[in-house]
Amino acid sequence: MKRSVPLLITALGGFILIIAYFIPAAQGWGEVAAIWFDILASIAFILGGGNLIKIHLKKISDKSAGWAYSAITLAAFLITLIVGLGKVGINPNPKYPEYALSGHYREIGSPFWWLYEYAFKPLTATMFAMLAFYISSAAFRAFRAKNLEAILLLGTAFIILLGRTFTGVYLTAWLPDWMSGLKLENLTVVIMSVFNTAGNRGIMIGIALGVASTSLKVLLGVDRSYLGSGDD
Amino acid sequence: MRPNIASIFFLTFTLFCKSSLLNGQENSFPNPPSQITASDHPWDHGEKIDLNWILSADDQISVKIYSIYKSVDSDPDSFIFIGNVNPGVFSLTVEKLDRKESYFFKVIAVDEQGNASVPIVTLSAISPTREWFDGGRFPLFIITIIFCGSVIYWIYRARSGLPLQIRKIAGLEAVDEAVGRATEMGRSILFIPGIQDMNEIQTIAGLTVLSRVAKIAAEYGAKVEVPTSRSLVMTAARETVQAAFLTAGRPESYNQDLVYYVTDEQFGYVAYVQGMMVREKPAACFYMGAFFAESLILAETGNTIGAIQVAGTAMPAQLPFFVAACDYTLIGEEFFAASAYLSGEPDQLGSLKGQDIGKIIVAAGIIIGVTFLTLGTVAGPETSIGSAFMAAAEYLKSVILT
Repeated sequence: MKRSVPLLITALGGFILIIAYFIPAAQGWGEVAAIWFDILASIAFILGGGNLIKIHLKKISDKSAGWAYSAITLAAFLITLIVGLGKVGINPNPKYPEYALSGHYREIGSPFWWLYEYAFKPLTATMFAMLAFYISSAAFRAFRAKNLEAILLLGTAFIILLGRTFTGVYLTAWLPDWMSGLKLENLTVVIMSVFNTAGNRGIMIGIALGVASTSLKVLLGVDRSYLGSGDD
Repeated sequence: MRPNIASIFFLTFTLFCKSSLLNGQENSFPNPPSQITASDHPWDHGEKIDLNWILSADDQISVKIYSIYKSVDSDPDSFIFIGNVNPGVFSLTVEKLDRKESYFFKVIAVDEQGNASVPIVTLSAISPTREWFDGGRFPLFIITIIFCGSVIYWIYRARSGLPLQIRKIAGLEAVDEAVGRATEMGRSILFIPGIQDMNEIQTIAGLTVLSRVAKIAAEYGAKVEVPTSRSLVMTAARETVQAAFLTAGRPESYNQDLVYYVTDEQFGYVAYVQGMMVREKPAACFYMGAFFAESLILAETGNTIGAIQVAGTAMPAQLPFFVAACDYTLIGEEFFAASAYLSGEPDQLGSLKGQDIGKIIVAAGIIIGVTFLTLGTVAGPETSIGSAFMAAAEYLKSVILT
């Protein structure tokens, strides 16, 4: 029973979405199923928030490694929650001046807006910016010419990188028109549009079939491992 | 005052000229198209109307375009411009209509000078009708039936005892090795089920691998930590891990606090996991699910701490990053085959065989399309046979496969 009901709901929701794709009259059913998922996810968010508080309070209480980060996480979470839900510092909507909480929670200049603009956004941007360094270190490792395949990869990457810069265009600008296919910028286009696209499409076809097959297995209840073991 | 003969002559001449000019203008108006008809577009969602008209008598002489307008009432001032079509075109499918409204349509012929003909308007209002089946998706429906049918057929055959083989997948073979290594080193195992929710099939495929990882970890007595970026995924992952520990015969070792929620925010999640990896140095890291920009940050951090790393995703843009930074990577369909591979159940292996039928269909489609295009190019697109091949290839691409 514990597993049969989720399987039934999964199958019902999945088949409704498939039917809704082909039968216009059933389109509304698909939208209803999607709304139900959003409702469930929203309720689960409360569960997630509760879990966040519990886990980090435990870390602080146990003084486990990095507990100070947990304290900062909890403080940031609670401050944002209180400021956002309480609409702290937000002016009432001019249409309803008698209601103190009628203003928009993202009002420019409000504490919540300030937290978003001057704390959240810079922190996010910092994490994203770190990606550049990781790309460099990964490229350094990936492009080491250890064997024939690695040499081919290195050569291809070299052409692509150069072909997308002014230097690359400048380096092969002297080639005559009848050899224009060998110009770096043209080689880049050929590599990307022929070899890269062919490889990418091969992967995409495999993925599409894999998605369809896995979905079918889930809908038919053949694959139950995401619910735990296959036993009821 | 004497009548000025010159003035009279000038006046007469001006009137004559004006009269001629006016007549000339009337003559320059293009003849209007005629017999406009509007009918419901067949087999659609109830958003389209087909318009047809008879071309203007000046169609190949002075008409530059036909302008088409729509209105929810017959008031001449309420018509809204829809678009233009070229001379020689006598039909148009009007899209994005509301089936709860009734529409009038009008067509005007316009010449090079911008002179517009008298408009022709549909006699009565018409509403688009929603059909019970979307005919535009019929080819896809047939492909779906064939594909799903083949998967179900091969599942049935596998259940009947047909032996099926599956090739070795290094990334999945490495699961046992990675968990064993973590156990030997006395460190934890980190499992990241992607950053998408439970409505993403990759997350479900990731949890399938988690089931296996957790089962082996339970058998070995290793610690599996699963930080999630969605609450629903946390709930599902807890069920998965708990069931795996139960299957392994170690239900008492299950600790639900090791499967926990971090944040929905992408880079907030990455910041937490990265910090945790640096502090706790897990011996094995699994990245199984849907990833975006965070893939490389996580995998490079795992590489830095010397963890054995296995990744699996169906996000083509992230695959190169995982390949560069991880020890093993499950590429696309290998990731989805993990469940069948790890369980070895006949039902699941049968579904992989059904998937192969899908590949044959795709390969056949590619071969037919390439053959049509090649023959069309060889014969020349200007010849009738060449253009027929090109049209067939275009139909395959734009109608059947879209």
